[in-house]
Amino acid sequence: MTTQPPILTVNQVTKTFPGVVALDKVSFDIRRGEVHALVGENGAGKSTLMKVLAGLYKADSGEIIYKGQPVNITSPLDARHQGILLIHQELSLSPELSVAENIFLGAWPTNRIGILRKSRLNKDAQAALTALGADFGPNVRLGSLSIAKQQMVEIARANAFEANVVIFDEPTASLTDTEKDLLFATIRDLRDRGVGIVYISHKMDEIFELTDRITVLRDGQVQGTVQTADTDLGQITQMMIGRELEKFFHRAKSTLGAEVLRVENLANARHFRDVSLSVRQGEVLGLYGLVGAGRSELVETIFGVRSMDAGEIFWHGQPTGRLTPRKATDLGIALVPENRKEQGLVLGQGGRANISLPHPGMFSRATIMSISAELRVFENYKNRLDIKTTGPEQVLSDLSGGNQQKFVLAKWLCAEPKLIILDEPTRGIDIGSKSAIHELIAGLAENGLAVIVISSEMPEVLGVSHRILAMSDGRMVGEFSGDEMTEKNLIEAVSHRTPAAPILA
Amino acid sequence: MESISGVISQLKKHGLLVAFTVFLAAVALSTDAFLSVGNILDVLRQVSITGMIAIGTTFVVITGRLDLSVGSMLTLLTVVLVDQHDHVGPLLAIIIMLTTAVALGAFNGLLVGYLKLNALIVTLAMLSFLQGLTLLYSGGSNVNIPNAQTTWFRFFGRSDLFGIPVPVILFLGVAALAAFLLGRTVYGRQVYAVGGNETASNFSGVSSSRTVFWAYVLSALATGFAAMILGSRVMGAQNTIGQGYELTVLAGIILGGTSMLGGSGSVWRTVIGISMLGFIQNGLLLMGFEYYVQWLVTWAVIIVAVWVDLAGKRGRVLA
Amino acid sequence: MTTVKTTGQSRVTDSAITWLFRNHIWLFLCLAVMIFSITSPYFLTVNNISNVLTQGAFIGILAVGMTMVMIDGEIDLSVGATLALSTALAIGLQEQIGVWPAVLAGLLSGAALGFLNGTITAYSGIHSFIVTLGALIGIRGLVFIYTGEDALMVQDFSYTEYAEIYLGPVSITALTFFALALFFQWVLSSTRHGRETFAIGDNIEAAHDAGINIKRHKIINFTICGTMAAVAGILLSMRLGTAEPNAGKVWELWTIIAVVLGGTRLTGGFGSMWKTIGGVMTLAVLRNGLRLLNTPNYVELMVMGTVLILALLLDRFLANRTEAR
Repeated sequence: MTTQPPILTVNQVTKTFPGVVALDKVSFDIRRGEVHALVGENGAGKSTLMKVLAGLYKADSGEIIYKGQPVNITSPLDARHQGILLIHQELSLSPELSVAENIFLGAWPTNRIGILRKSRLNKDAQAALTALGADFGPNVRLGSLSIAKQQMVEIARANAFEANVVIFDEPTASLTDTEKDLLFATIRDLRDRGVGIVYISHKMDEIFELTDRITVLRDGQVQGTVQTADTDLGQITQMMIGRELEKFFHRAKSTLGAEVLRVENLANARHFRDVSLSVRQGEVLGLYGLVGAGRSELVETIFGVRSMDAGEIFWHGQPTGRLTPRKATDLGIALVPENRKEQGLVLGQGGRANISLPHPGMFSRATIMSISAELRVFENYKNRLDIKTTGPEQVLSDLSGGNQQKFVLAKWLCAEPKLIILDEPTRGIDIGSKSAIHELIAGLAENGLAVIVISSEMPEVLGVSHRILAMSDGRMVGEFSGDEMTEKNLIEAVSHRTPAAPILA
Repeated sequence: MESISGVISQLKKHGLLVAFTVFLAAVALSTDAFLSVGNILDVLRQVSITGMIAIGTTFVVITGRLDLSVGSMLTLLTVVLVDQHDHVGPLLAIIIMLTTAVALGAFNGLLVGYLKLNALIVTLAMLSFLQGLTLLYSGGSNVNIPNAQTTWFRFFGRSDLFGIPVPVILFLGVAALAAFLLGRTVYGRQVYAVGGNETASNFSGVSSSRTVFWAYVLSALATGFAAMILGSRVMGAQNTIGQGYELTVLAGIILGGTSMLGGSGSVWRTVIGISMLGFIQNGLLLMGFEYYVQWLVTWAVIIVAVWVDLAGKRGRVLA
Repeated sequence: MTTVKTTGQSRVTDSAITWLFRNHIWLFLCLAVMIFSITSPYFLTVNNISNVLTQGAFIGILAVGMTMVMIDGEIDLSVGATLALSTALAIGLQEQIGVWPAVLAGLLSGAALGFLNGTITAYSGIHSFIVTLGALIGIRGLVFIYTGEDALMVQDFSYTEYAEIYLGPVSITALTFFALALFFQWVLSSTRHGRETFAIGDNIEAAHDAGINIKRHKIINFTICGTMAAVAGILLSMRLGTAEPNAGKVWELWTIIAVVLGGTRLTGGFGSMWKTIGGVMTLAVLRNGLRLLNTPNYVELMVMGTVLILALLLDRFLANRTEAR
């Protein structure tokens, strides 16, 4: 690939919000026909930079040079018309409309009095779909397609609008491995056609697989831009956090105690079947699998949020019957859910009110709440977990993802649970906070808690677990401990479509 | 300079109260009768019925739901109460009525809380159903209590205690209890949590179904208390006696600043909102306007009040 | 992500079942018609069907406007009051400015009030429930201010002859309903305004990012809704020859019931005029059938409440069974 001139240059762009400098004289460029990764911790400025490029924010100073000319991007529509397209994590599509209507949303061909020219719309849409190798047509209702196919429609929009720059923001969050490969193929196709692609992600293995150059942001400043082929994870990490992380992952040095939870032949008709597992005091049990394997559904069923269709749960050896979140909590089980915004916190309230929610008994006498008790626990955990917040009443929606996650942990830890289940605890969190959470997990296990960690990140699950269970398509497909815990074994376990062997005792 | 901008921002935050005070002043200046003790007590007495209902409905609104059945419920409960008064005596009649109220609230709570059906539609359906039930019960005729002067039942609606009308004492008393329940107890926290984020509440061990269920029971119970006051005041009940109350209740809750989206608000806000509505209506009447002019003013007040409140939160006027 | 496990069903029955799930109102309607034809010999007569169509048409016209607003993700609680105002103006102004200008004034009042609701909703960010709740209360005040406490009566009773125009068994009221419903169904499926209305109700952020002018569409839909209320009001005035200040009270509730019964979703982004026609007709059949059975008034009220709740339960049950993702 020859070095092309930059299609988009960001020159000394600065953007401040009250009290915070989000972007500090940021300069970088995107060339035609390249995939350029943008990495950095949470709060480093990636999201702000992206929004400036896509027309959602206006820079305070500096300039953006596009196709050789300085430009002023006033809105997302303006950005799109200029040829700059942003593809979010939340798809910007309308499920009730057809694929064709979605591809050209906002720019449908109509005659003078506003009547849609459907045949023209469908023809143009079909052209865009064919170019992508899509196996569905333009007239299908978008909502009837899978997420991966809907993402293709988003990309078809890029083609249709002849985008010159496409920005992908964490696009693989809900994709299976096959779908991810399909997406990467599409991205490479876009690249080969001369589109400049910005790829924002926390997943380093994807970045090393896909991208040509990497720009690292830290605290709103560019730390450097390097060729992907010339660098490695250690160097990138160092640029992101300014120090080499000595221990990337921590495995707890705990003594294993008695069995705390045992689950036998658990099933939830729609999501998983015949799952058995057990976990002991002081043990960190990793639960690995691809997205869609049913792991979240499994723990949600154990916790009682989902219904249990078959199987038994034993707590300290005693059968529990069907659990509800209330019963599970009272037993001493804690669940830190996958989606912290929707499932983990009441974002409109402050830290104090959130912390006391699962265990009101701790903070009340005769059902009357004690605010002083809440404040005490709040202060305690604010210091213990190093949470950055202005006070017990600051609404949690103001905090960064990492700090929000710490409040989720605080609300469960304050009641000293016996088993804590963490579902993707470091998703969307920067490396510095990730490491802190891994340390925390190790510390919990060393203190005698049983821990179950669900993770789709191979290095993470290999690094923190004493034992790993692999799950695929709703079935338990392997159990590994000690030397058996290798990438190869895990990958092999989950790549079988039908499970080869039952769980090893 | 700073103190002026400070004053202005305080004004913006409490714009509603300021406007209301200005209005009160204007009315007080134009009529002598407005600020008389008798008139104020009169207004509060009138407001205590709607206000009583609104106290209960506030719980429902904070969980993010609605209760449009309260008007029809008030009608049914008042009719049952007044009718049973002569059959089984006032005490038993009250017990029967309150039991009915709780049953109705539980039914609403079952449908909206446990079966998770849409609150607007369910309570609309109940509005219709209860209207029919009232007609069925009363056979289409009005009911009344003949011995209005001698029954102790008159205490709720027609008596005074230390110079203050009993309805007002009941209203404010129940308000205080409800405020305590909402603000200081575990259940109250759960109400706010469910309204703020229902999924997260469930994941935290709070049963949102149960929380919503009890909110509807409280709304119905409060309506039952209101029926006691209303029945006692009127000593009779027509089949339409409660018609339209659900609108005034909602308007009062909205004016008080409780968000229809749920997760925020308070009993005292509702008390203020309902009272404001009452004084506006009273002030207009005293100034000589027909009773339906107050509807026009209520419309304007609701829009302006909510707009100002939203603009204050957003920091700008237009959406 | 869940997948639908189809175990050996043919694709045809699959899509037939999906269609039925998404359009269950027609099943209801057929059931209702069948039941009432059995219970009363007068039900299936031409005369009665004609009555059903006419009686249903008033709520139906309101429902056409309400459907537009609901697909947008909004609601309009003031349609009953707007109807009353247009009725009052159409009759009350006849002496001063003549019959047709008065009718026009009535229509314009509906359009203006709808425009006002839409503008306030769009520009203030206040939820339409609150905006139209205020309007529901306030417009009723306007009506009373104009008419006083007594009904207005039309001076020249030939005005009521317009309501007598029939095309075969179908009255002009019913014709107007069907014509409006068909017209706006076409708008919803084939015009940019209609399709973008779906987009807004379905995923408002996507619509916003695509540059769709959300405010304009909402204002248009509210104006349509207000105008429809006025049309219904005019037709009502022609039918009765009087303008009651309490006209249309509670009609907004029946309208919402009809639209939701038909299957249009309150949350927006899903619905159609076909569904609304189905819901309106089912409601009309139910009320008519019950009346033919000489059931007392209270039965109708209680049956309506029950049917609505059953419809909700069914909708919930169906939604749990089908999963497209």
